[in-house]
Amino acid sequence: MSKLYTGAEIVFKCLKDQDVEFIFGYPGGAVLPIYDELKNHNTIKHILVRHEQGAGHAAEGYARSSGKPGVVLVTSGPGATNVVTALTDAYMDSVPLVCISGQVPTHLIGTDAFQECDTTGITRPCTKHNWLVKDIKDLSKTLHEAFRVATTGRPGPVLVDIPKDIQFAKMSYSKPKVEKKLNGKSLNHFLQKDIDSLIGLMNKSKKPIIYSGGGVINSGPEASNVLRELVELTGFPITSTLQGLGAYPGDDNQFLGMLGMHGTYEANNAMHDCDLLINIGARFDDRITGKIDEFSPKSKKVHIDIDPSSINKIIKVDLALVGDVKEVLKGITKTLKKKNLDLKKSNKQQIAKWWEQIQKWRTKNSLHFKNSDETIKPQHAVQRLYEFTKHKDTYITTEVGQHQMWAAQHYKFNKPNRWMTSGGLGTMGYGLPAAVGVQIAHPKKLVIDIAGEASVLMTMQEMSTAVQYNLPIKIFILNNQYMGMVRQWQELLHEKNYSESYTEALPDFIKMAEAYGCKGIMAEKPDELDEKIREMVEFDGPVIFDCRVDPNENCFPMIPSGKPHNQMILGPSEKEENKITGKGKALV
Amino acid sequence: MANPKSAYSVSSKKEKSDTHIIVVWVDNESGVLARVVGLFSGRGYNIESLAVAEVDAKKSISRITIVTTGTPQVIDQIKLQLKKLVPVHKVADFKRNDKGVIFKEMALFKVVGSSLKIKKAINACKKYDAVILDKTNKSNVIQITALRREIDKMAKNLRKFGLVSVSRTGAVAMTRGDKVFN
Repeated sequence: MSKLYTGAEIVFKCLKDQDVEFIFGYPGGAVLPIYDELKNHNTIKHILVRHEQGAGHAAEGYARSSGKPGVVLVTSGPGATNVVTALTDAYMDSVPLVCISGQVPTHLIGTDAFQECDTTGITRPCTKHNWLVKDIKDLSKTLHEAFRVATTGRPGPVLVDIPKDIQFAKMSYSKPKVEKKLNGKSLNHFLQKDIDSLIGLMNKSKKPIIYSGGGVINSGPEASNVLRELVELTGFPITSTLQGLGAYPGDDNQFLGMLGMHGTYEANNAMHDCDLLINIGARFDDRITGKIDEFSPKSKKVHIDIDPSSINKIIKVDLALVGDVKEVLKGITKTLKKKNLDLKKSNKQQIAKWWEQIQKWRTKNSLHFKNSDETIKPQHAVQRLYEFTKHKDTYITTEVGQHQMWAAQHYKFNKPNRWMTSGGLGTMGYGLPAAVGVQIAHPKKLVIDIAGEASVLMTMQEMSTAVQYNLPIKIFILNNQYMGMVRQWQELLHEKNYSESYTEALPDFIKMAEAYGCKGIMAEKPDELDEKIREMVEFDGPVIFDCRVDPNENCFPMIPSGKPHNQMILGPSEKEENKITGKGKALV
Repeated sequence: MANPKSAYSVSSKKEKSDTHIIVVWVDNESGVLARVVGLFSGRGYNIESLAVAEVDAKKSISRITIVTTGTPQVIDQIKLQLKKLVPVHKVADFKRNDKGVIFKEMALFKVVGSSLKIKKAINACKKYDAVILDKTNKSNVIQITALRREIDKMAKNLRKFGLVSVSRTGAVAMTRGDKVFN
């Protein structure tokens, strides 16, 4: 008979076989046996957070910057409910997470025991799949399956709920099975014929555009390389979603910038007027499409996605290629080269006019803002930060709001996995714990959380984690004392009734930094900004940077609610003519 | 509910809704029904009726039959989302008016009253394979198998004959002929 292990030992054997190096977690009664076992496994390091939500976001930051699944360990009841926001966030943004939660012993389940909750019931709608392990015999199989489900296809979070008696029970251990297909669900469903028809469309197109998304990042660094090759081969313009930034170099001439609600004028107009739209690993999110009835009305639409349910969900497409972005793109570039179709040359004539039009749109300089000598403009602060950090391999996380959009607009990303932001769920408080996770994955790299003062206060407690593990994360707070995006919407939609969007009694961030045992820096005037940023970047240790910015600045350009891509507001002067009225007001 | 899932823009193009019968083969494990039903409620889809039972004890497979209405786009989403669930093996979709598929529901009627009324009630049920399951001087329990709208009609008609209680199942479906859905 093979050797018997306790449930807790089996958990660690599984983690080892899945090459897990870090667990983000918080102990509690129902996971004590697993925590007790931790000391016997020195290849796995546990990162103690200050709140379970922080563990979840840190694991997300780790996963998104490293390409490996993030592992979370929490206790039953409040431990599990606290991690729900992070699981939902990971589900919306397709981040692979494996969350292990403790549960009350099996004989107490359903009795309203201390720290009991229906964890699998609560997390069912916010995970790809979850399991309650009621029998020790199922434990190793379930854990291996959990890693497989989290990382294959469209990645996402999973949860394994392990009752305390199962952690004590003994059983033999089984290794992960090699590649078992899940109910026959394979990932690549596209045919050469589909690729040929796509190339046919590309040949005919006079106004093409590539719209790439987070799927390219999820497909791995190689996918970004093939994307670059494809853009080079075709000479087509490319725009990116918020999540896709970095897949294509942000400073390249063929890149039109981000599209969508706060995207550039040229990207959105190109989306509206194009005759061929190639969506690579994006999902036609409502922040991207604007008014659906008038979304890219004249184009043939092609959608490349690994998730069949993304096809035709929001926007009906003419051609769908279901598969891993990397494989599909490889198929396309291979065929292009084999047919020796030098689209760039042959199409140059054909799309030359299109590029002329795009250049015209570019002259609007839609990311322009009026700089000031008196107050620091938030856009200026992001630009200066970019200038000081672009030559280092910098990792940026953000919270959610105006600062997030300014970061997306003014920070140029050249590599995938360098940009971690909460897009789908829009979770304020994501960036600081995510930065912790990123720094764990990349201890030698510069990691900056571009934050807002309201968001960062939601998970500020994780500074303590950063200090404990000597993680030199930089929290760059664009402090305007308002929930800026809320204030902006109130200004545009609710007659400047700034209901509860101003934060009175903000903490002194410098003293706060000192209280946590890290460095606090403040900049109030534009002329001291550069020097202070340099001080932050050069400091070896965690920093909270309180950057006092103009509280009245709004994030432009903007597609107002209920409007299509070609009706953007470019700046404050245009606001009045483009007032949002009627139905648009009700939309979020 | 045929609303698109975007809060940003409501499409003004309204497509026609149709009634579909969705058949789902799943692993018979705990929580699987909650996953399927939760998918419907979470995404705002309708469930008109639901029937579920294990059909293969050896492989532990249950068959769930769901009657739903939606535009072609919604029905497609329902199928694709169902296929993404880990315990789901396969998903079949039939239109209600598909001639190649048999749909059946069962209902139990309790009729209380004079023997004359009961007799009339039994007569009215005759064309739907009526079976008398329980009989007393004052009451009868009648079982019929029929289509949904036929049972709706009977439930209405039998009121005048002393119908006091109705219990009915969701629809189950099977294709005609020797073909099996794979």
